[in-house]
Amino acid sequence: MTTLTTRAPLPVLEHATGTRAPTDHSPVDHAAAAAVFNANPSRVDWHDAAIWFAREKRDRAVALVPEWEMLRELASDIKEHTLSHLDEYLVAFETAATANGATVHWARDAEEHNRIVHDILVAAKVRHLVKSKSMLTEECGLNAYLEARGIGVVDTDLGERIVQLRGEHPSHIVTPAIHLTKEEVGETFAEHLGTPVGMSDPNELTAAARVHLREKFLDAHAAMTGVNFALAETGGVVVCTNEGNADLGIVLAPVHIASMGIEKLIPGPNELAVFLRLLARSATGQRVTVYTSHMHRPAAGHELHIVLVDNGRTEQLSRPDFWRSLKCIRCGACMNTCPVYRRSGGYSYGATVPGPIGSILAPGMDLEKYSALPFASTLCGSCTAVCPVKIDIDAQLYRWRQIVVEAGHASAKKQAASRLGGVVLANRFLLSLAGKVMRATMRFVPRSLMRVLAGEWARERELPLPPRESFSAWYQARGDKQVLRSAQDDNHRSAQDDTRRAAQDDNGRSAQDDRQP
Amino acid sequence: MTVALFAPCYIDQLYPHVAIAALQVLERLGVVVDVPMGAGCCGQPPSNAGFEKLGEPALASFVRTFAQYDDVIVLSGSCAMHVRSHASHLGASGAHVAGHTTEFCSFLHDTIGLERVGALGATYERRVAVHIGCHGLRGLGLASPSELGVGRFDKVRALLGTVNGLTFAPLARPDECCGFGGSFAVGEPAVSARMGRDRLHDYGRGAADAVVSTDVSCLMHLDGLARRDGVTLPMMHVAEVLAGAVR
Repeated sequence: MTTLTTRAPLPVLEHATGTRAPTDHSPVDHAAAAAVFNANPSRVDWHDAAIWFAREKRDRAVALVPEWEMLRELASDIKEHTLSHLDEYLVAFETAATANGATVHWARDAEEHNRIVHDILVAAKVRHLVKSKSMLTEECGLNAYLEARGIGVVDTDLGERIVQLRGEHPSHIVTPAIHLTKEEVGETFAEHLGTPVGMSDPNELTAAARVHLREKFLDAHAAMTGVNFALAETGGVVVCTNEGNADLGIVLAPVHIASMGIEKLIPGPNELAVFLRLLARSATGQRVTVYTSHMHRPAAGHELHIVLVDNGRTEQLSRPDFWRSLKCIRCGACMNTCPVYRRSGGYSYGATVPGPIGSILAPGMDLEKYSALPFASTLCGSCTAVCPVKIDIDAQLYRWRQIVVEAGHASAKKQAASRLGGVVLANRFLLSLAGKVMRATMRFVPRSLMRVLAGEWARERELPLPPRESFSAWYQARGDKQVLRSAQDDNHRSAQDDTRRAAQDDNGRSAQDDRQP
Repeated sequence: MTVALFAPCYIDQLYPHVAIAALQVLERLGVVVDVPMGAGCCGQPPSNAGFEKLGEPALASFVRTFAQYDDVIVLSGSCAMHVRSHASHLGASGAHVAGHTTEFCSFLHDTIGLERVGALGATYERRVAVHIGCHGLRGLGLASPSELGVGRFDKVRALLGTVNGLTFAPLARPDECCGFGGSFAVGEPAVSARMGRDRLHDYGRGAADAVVSTDVSCLMHLDGLARRDGVTLPMMHVAEVLAGAVR
């Protein structure tokens, strides 16, 4: 890693620290943020290793399920079916949930969602709200909205609480504080919870958080949760957690608000069984989450509100190339497997949902702001292969790239290069000419100047050693030799023998002889 | 059966010895193979950069050049996958070319068979790290990707397993992307270089003394990084090993 830190320092970007406001519409520069992240190679080391650990754990869990691929296929089919009948399932869900005694609310966008939640809290005279991890409320910017109106919000998942205390956003949808070391968590707790300076033992830190959070639970008048699955048949919602905080919040507080994107719907309990087998294994390599809480009706004297949120989902559903992105069950496996995410960090995406799935969801919300994200990928396809609901993420990244370019969000330099490339690559004569010029340049121009000419390529890499001639030139020369030879020879050898002998005679020397060992 | 070999633009211009080795292997196996001079590129570079329309003339030229063949052997998993995924939009001959384009190792494994490949009698006494390009791996099924819950297979290691003296270096992450990714290599230089160096470290930990790949584009990136870092590690295409062109 000796050559990684030699470049000039880059400006620290706002979103590189996770404090970017959701209302900021300036374009995300993923490459620049990733370069900042990579300026500290040892952080990249452990970030990559910590997340790869989850991927390997997932692999071991998957290996114990022989019917894994069948489950993926089923889950994908169920989601595609539900999404293509979403109108019917949503109404069925509302009917069943209302019959159960829940109040169902419909929110067109983030603003409406926040207003609905605020109205519920005002009506119930709630001053303190505990929340169990909901990426949807992150997407809607709910915390800031409520705090500006005098309502205290405490995120009660450990990782989420850590980033909340630091004034940051989650850098991963399942492990929101994965970008932090235990020492950094210790510093945060020392500052905000009064733990001894230098405490960095994860068990001690967790115990401190437990005491701190217990007070918050007892103070809260309302609890908010996300929703992993909503069942149209029963009107129930299901929340999958490991810490028990969602349940504690719901049981103690008289008001429960469950917010969900409309894509969380599935037909019923039979289908749920398929997803429960896929979700935890994909997310963390657990067979099942510690708590799988099924909520159908409010307890006596309690209220249950379910907020169904669109916020761009209907529009995404209308896009033939991208509607399948809504199959996502938010397991985070595509982040864990993504070689780019592991080496650029969640904040480099500047979006609520980072990583591969975020890179196909975010451009649908704000194309210009997120126009860099479809390019933050090598299109290696690991995300598609790991996805438990078989979203063709790499194919959708490719399609978004076309749309970003069509909308004029590619740089002038990239446009010019592609235009030139398109012409040259389609024309054998121009390609050969360009190849000749390139090889001659690489051969005769001094290496120091060549590095400048090769731009970004040569910042970290040497150029290939140029051969004297191209394969096509070699092949044509060999063909000429063959024609000459068969004219001189009266024997009618088969063309194949001739070719083979010529190949052995030549043995590729004319093209190879110039290459340095 | 008429068979054509396609050397992608960068192999044609910068790595002619790879195409020569592939041609030698095919000819020694008794395959009558044409190298038509029409198309020079499949059009993937502009297409993956978001300029599909600008890549289409190259792909159309590819289709025109290879429409008459029963099999088109491409010396790159990535280019082969691009043709297979996108050529079918270009009419009947496009659909034919898409359906009949295959990658070099796939062709040897599926059509020629390991026994005949083994009879080539190549020798390479090295401990090799195998790098299957991601598109060949996940797009063309050259091996079982580590993400999937399917039976394990690996056509590339099977082919290399026929080579005398060749052993495999164990890798911690046998199918992690190298970070080349076409325009990604220049658009995201920090992550791209870091990904490549992580592969090199994995090869080092596995005590590999050579890297063998299905995709020279990945090798161009990995070799460029290795040489910049002063690491001596020979890198070559599978065809060069099978042709006995390397020592």
